[in-house]
Amino acid sequence: MRVPLIDRLFDLLDRAAHWGVHPDYRKEPAASRLIGKLPLPPMLYLPLVQHAGAPARAIVKVGDAVLAGQLLAEAGGTISAPIHAPAAGVVEAIGPLPAPHPSGLAVETITLRVTGSEHIDYAVCNDPFALTPEELARRVEAAGVVGMGGATFPSAPKLHLGRRMAVHTLVINGGECEPYLSCDDRLMQERADGVLEGVRLIATMIGAGRILIGIEDNKPIACKAMQQAAEHFPNISVQSVPTRYPMGSGEQLMTWLTGQELPAGARMASIGVLVHNVGTAYAVHRAIRFGEPLTHRIVTVAGNAVRQPRNLEVPIGTPASALVEFCGGLTEEPLRLVMGGPMMGLALPSLDVPVIKGSSGVLALTAAECNETEEEDCIRCGSCAHVCPLHLLPLDMAASVRAGDLEGAAKLGLEDCLTCGACSYICPAHLPLSHYFDFAKGERWANEQSQRQTDMIREMTEAKRERLAREAAERRAELMRRKAEADAAKQKEKTL
Amino acid sequence: MLIPLLSLSLLGGALGLALALAGRFFKVEGNPLVEEVAAMMPNSQCGLCGLPGCGVAAEKMVNGEVELTCCVPGGKVLAQRIADKLGIPLSLEGFEEIVPQVARVNESICTGCSKCYKICATDAVFGASKRIHGVIAELCTGCGKCVDICPTEAIHLEEIAVTLRTWRWQKPLAQGVQA
Repeated sequence: MRVPLIDRLFDLLDRAAHWGVHPDYRKEPAASRLIGKLPLPPMLYLPLVQHAGAPARAIVKVGDAVLAGQLLAEAGGTISAPIHAPAAGVVEAIGPLPAPHPSGLAVETITLRVTGSEHIDYAVCNDPFALTPEELARRVEAAGVVGMGGATFPSAPKLHLGRRMAVHTLVINGGECEPYLSCDDRLMQERADGVLEGVRLIATMIGAGRILIGIEDNKPIACKAMQQAAEHFPNISVQSVPTRYPMGSGEQLMTWLTGQELPAGARMASIGVLVHNVGTAYAVHRAIRFGEPLTHRIVTVAGNAVRQPRNLEVPIGTPASALVEFCGGLTEEPLRLVMGGPMMGLALPSLDVPVIKGSSGVLALTAAECNETEEEDCIRCGSCAHVCPLHLLPLDMAASVRAGDLEGAAKLGLEDCLTCGACSYICPAHLPLSHYFDFAKGERWANEQSQRQTDMIREMTEAKRERLAREAAERRAELMRRKAEADAAKQKEKTL
Repeated sequence: MLIPLLSLSLLGGALGLALALAGRFFKVEGNPLVEEVAAMMPNSQCGLCGLPGCGVAAEKMVNGEVELTCCVPGGKVLAQRIADKLGIPLSLEGFEEIVPQVARVNESICTGCSKCYKICATDAVFGASKRIHGVIAELCTGCGKCVDICPTEAIHLEEIAVTLRTWRWQKPLAQGVQA
């Protein structure tokens, strides 16, 4: 027999189950300063890969003059996003330049020499809710909106998917659980109405009746602002969630707010939920209401090596060095440069790389902040298993990877791992656990590719052999036929 | 005249029949393991291992005469699968992953003679005679047969560059003794 009250109690206990870590927030002083506006830099560098999926295709040529908001590159596939000019200028070059990535590898990039801020005529829409969901999604697609939380998954395919999969709940992620970052916090504090309109537009597009907005309880002002903005909408519930890392992971927040769990390997939409970031909601609002493509974003510039940490609204394509310069430059040589948050962000070889659509932060961290410690022996304390948000066994998984047993690691749930880094953070022996998982995932992917290629080569070889045999047989048959014809003709001649 | 002719053809016929029967009744079963391993090989007979073909390579692998990692297009993954099949541990020591190569056609020199796509075992080279040829990189094993046969030296092998899509994290350098 099910007793609702007891069920609910168990439910609460279950949700409060232990996972996650509590790193220092280190969000101040950037979090309490107003969003600054970075002036247009002289040069903008726009990589053609700023999103998950296929690279965009440049449609401008070197020497073309463009206006702000003009399309520079169109989407290169269904899972892709177009790229627009953040400012008026002249296309100076299109070619490989260093990407904001730990490898320092080059990526095709459009270099724009900025001449001013004149923009194309934006199609302002005064009554966006009168538009059909399809039309709204089409406009979001054309505006090049991608997931602003860092995953940069193109938003439009997700919106289309939502409509097809009968999604009932829209979860809006205002978790921002990474230390240092406060761009979503400031956005919600200063532009709550815009964010909320974006949220309602997304809900309209995917046909979700219930909207849950989750904000970590270390952002009370943002939470208040959002609650005020949502006052008149009974289907929107703005909830304060406990501060613990990685609460801002879509899956964790969704489970916390809805009580639903995502089966391993399943997509969120399959259980009737979609998660979007608050930054994405704001970008959707700008795209629909003002017709503006995604050309700017808010970036947290922080770290103890930065003189005046703060949040800046910057044109996408601005070199990271220009952001740090605007914040008063560096006070000391940073040990580590990071794009994104310190837990899941990407270490940068230098600041001479552009801010892209998914760059939530530019961090210059000093040696004191990095806490680089020598690795020691695993004592099998189990802390990593305790904090893993997916209840995996990081210690065993890492041991398997270390021994070269990738399949063993996969059996322990490697592919479910978010590489959130909570295990690496908590490990008293300072083992680079999530590094092992990053490595193992890459290795497994490469192995899969290699296997696929071997199979394909075998298939193609067989196909060619068969084809050659068939062609030879056909030739022989043709020859026989001709010979028979010739014989018949000869026979005829003889009889005549 | 007739006697030697008849006797010789009779002899030939009888011996032939005997051989055919012997072939059927005294057939030596091949090592089934070799056949199984051979079925796992790419079978494009690229010759990058230095052996006359995939079948021979499979046999030598089973007999332990060559390293399991000798197949270039198959790489580490194939070596691991063969090791699993043979039930022997795979030692990757001293194994250096060869940077994969692909053939590339220089369009300004290609005369469209079609020799390259006739020799390509995987149909990775496409085109028609008197038309410039191209290469499908995914199918190319980098065997270089097309390079050798090209009369105008219009094809060369190129290393596949690492891109953001294919870049991967290196294995962490182990320091302490771990779990």
